[in-house]
Amino acid sequence: MSAAAGSQRTAQARRDPRTSAEATTGRTLRRRRSSRVIAGVAGGLADHLRVDVRWVRVIITLLAAVDGLGVVVYGALWAVVRQRSVDVAEPDSPRERTQAIGMVVLGFGLLVATSSFGQGLSGQLFFPASVALIGAVLVWREADETQRRRWAQGARTGVAEVFIGNGGRGAIIRSLSGAALVITGIVVLLVDSLALAPLQFALLSVIVTLIGTAVLTLPWWLRLVRDLDEERFARIRTEERAEIAAHLHDSVLQTLALIQKQAENDKEVRRLARSQERQLRTWLYGATGYGGSSRAGGADADTDAPPAEPTSAKTLAEVVSEVCGEVEDTFAIKVQQVVVGDCEVDDRVLAAVWAAREAMVNAAKHAEVGEVSVFVEIEPEQIELFVRDRGKGFDPTTVSQDRHGLADSIHGRMERHGGTVRLRTAPGEGTEVALRLPRTGDKR
Amino acid sequence: MNHPEAKTGQTQPVRVFLVDDHALFRTGAKAELTNASGIIEVVGEAGSVGEAVAGIGHFEPDVVLLDVHMPDGGGAEVLRRARKTHPNVVFLALSVSDAAEDVIAVIRAGARGYVTKTISARELVDAVVRVHHGDAVFSPRLAGFVLDAFADRPGAAPINDPELDLLTPRERDVLRLLARGYAYKEIAAELFISVKTVETHVSSVLRKTQLSNRYELSRWATDRRLI
Repeated sequence: MSAAAGSQRTAQARRDPRTSAEATTGRTLRRRRSSRVIAGVAGGLADHLRVDVRWVRVIITLLAAVDGLGVVVYGALWAVVRQRSVDVAEPDSPRERTQAIGMVVLGFGLLVATSSFGQGLSGQLFFPASVALIGAVLVWREADETQRRRWAQGARTGVAEVFIGNGGRGAIIRSLSGAALVITGIVVLLVDSLALAPLQFALLSVIVTLIGTAVLTLPWWLRLVRDLDEERFARIRTEERAEIAAHLHDSVLQTLALIQKQAENDKEVRRLARSQERQLRTWLYGATGYGGSSRAGGADADTDAPPAEPTSAKTLAEVVSEVCGEVEDTFAIKVQQVVVGDCEVDDRVLAAVWAAREAMVNAAKHAEVGEVSVFVEIEPEQIELFVRDRGKGFDPTTVSQDRHGLADSIHGRMERHGGTVRLRTAPGEGTEVALRLPRTGDKR
Repeated sequence: MNHPEAKTGQTQPVRVFLVDDHALFRTGAKAELTNASGIIEVVGEAGSVGEAVAGIGHFEPDVVLLDVHMPDGGGAEVLRRARKTHPNVVFLALSVSDAAEDVIAVIRAGARGYVTKTISARELVDAVVRVHHGDAVFSPRLAGFVLDAFADRPGAAPINDPELDLLTPRERDVLRLLARGYAYKEIAAELFISVKTVETHVSSVLRKTQLSNRYELSRWATDRRLI
C-alpha cells in the first residue's frame, strides 16, 4: 500500500461517523422533536425522504384502514427510530397541526369503520385493543417527553424516571392513566373471551399480561440498550483523548523543548523538526498509524472499518519512506517522496531501493541543495525510481576511477538484478538518476 | 484577470484571502506573502468555514488560500458554499495533509490547485499568481495522487468510462514529470512543448479530476478499501 493509499484509509477511519452519534443526524432517520402530533414519526420520515409531511400522514392514515397496518407501522417506527437529540426548527403552522390531528382522527375512524363492517379486526376485539393502544401511546409519549428533559439535563435515568422523569405530577398522572388504559384494554379483552375453558383462559391471560408489560416497559428497554451504547462510546472517546495527549507529550512537546534549547543551531533545529514531522505523519496517516485499520479494529470492535490487515511483509512504499527518512535524518536535507502504486518487496526490489538510496546520499553529499525529490512508480511490467536534485550537477566523464558510489552501488547493483540506470546531469543543471527494474512474474 | 481591477494591468496586487484554522500558520503565511512586495495583498483571513464564507462574500478576493483540514467540513465545505455565489474567486488548496482523499475532495469541489504547506514562500507566491491567471498548480504529491487515482492497473476493474475520464498518455507524462519534482518550465523542455501546453495539460487533468464520474470514483475508493 502506497503512502498515499494508506493514508486515505486512515483518514476514513478518522472520520468514522460512529465516533459521534449525532454527526449522522442529517442522514439517518430520526423522529422529530418539535412540531409533532403523536411521536414525530411522520415528520421524521418526511425529513428523511425529503417530501412534504402531509403526504406521509395521508399515506399512514390510509394504511390504517387496511387492517390497521398504518398504526402498526407507526408504532414499530416509534419504537425503533430514535428521537432527534438536537432540536431542529421545523416549519410548524397551526393549520398543519390541525390537519395532522384531523388525520389522526380520520385514521382512527377508518380503523373503526373497517372493523365494524367486519372486514378488518373483529368488532369484539377492536374496542379493548384501541383502549390499550391509546394507553400505550400515552405512556410512550411520556417517555419521549422524559427523554427530552433528560437530554436537556444530561442525567441518567432509572426505571421509574424513564416514564416520569422530572415532569412532576402531570407526568405521573399521564403515565399512570396510560398504564391503566393498557391494563383495562387487556382485562376487557380477556373478559370478552370468557367463553374459553379455564386452562386456556389462564394461559391466554398470562400471555396477554406479558405482552402488556412488554408494551409498557418497551421505552425502558430501549433506553437501557442506548445508554449502554452511549456509555461505551464516551469511554472510548476518553481513552482516545488520553492516548493522544500522551503521544503528543512524548513526541511534539519533547521535540519543541529540544528545539528551544538548540535554537542557535540552525541545522539541528531543522533536523529535529523534520524527523518530528515525519514521525507524527506516520503516526497520524501511516498504514499502521493512529487512525489505521488495525487500531480502529481494536478500539471499537463493531465499527464498519475493514478488519486489520495482516502486516506480514513490508511493501515497497513503506521501505521507500523508511529509506527517505533515514537519509533526511542523516544528512539534514529534505527528501520529497511520491510513490504511485505499491507492491511487495523481494531481493531485487530491495536492491533497487538501495541503489536509489545511494543516489539520494550522493545528492545529499555533493549537490549542495536542501531538497531531493524521489518518485517511485510501480507499473505492471516495471518499477521506476527517480532521484533528482536541482543541485550543481557534474560531468560524468570527469568522475575519477576511484569513486565507487555510482559505479558499484548504483550501476553494479542494478545490472546484477537485470535493471538499468540512466543518468542525466550536467554541471549547473542538477542531477537525475533514473532506475528501471523489470518485474518478472506477477508479484501483485 | 477575474477581478475587475486586475484587468487594468499587472501592477495591481493579487488580493488573497487566507483560510486556515491555525492562527499561527495564518500569521506565518501572511508574513511570507506580504514580503513579496507589490505582488500580493492579503485582504483578510478566516479560521472557520462560516467565517471564510462570510469573508469571501465581503472581500471578494482574487485568490483564496484554502486549508483542507478544518472543523465543520474543511475546505471542501467552504468551496461548496462559496463557489455558487462567487464563481470568479479562485481557490488554491494549501495542505499539510497526506491523505489523498481529502485533497482530491477539495480538487473535486473546484479548487484550481493544490500545494503543500512546506512550499517555499517564493513558490507559494508563484502558485498564487499562476492560479490567479487561470492555470492549475499541482505539487508533486498531488500529481502522484492523481496518477494513482487514474491508474489502470491489472486487477482493477475494466474501464468502461467515457473518454473524458481517462488521462491521455501526454497528460500522464506531464503528471509523471510533475511528480518527479520538475517545474513547468523543465517539463516543457523535457517534452519539447511550450510551457503554455504544459499548463493546458495540467488544467485538463484538473478538469477530469473534477468531472470523472461516480464509477471511477467508486473504483478508486474500492481499490483503497475506503468503502
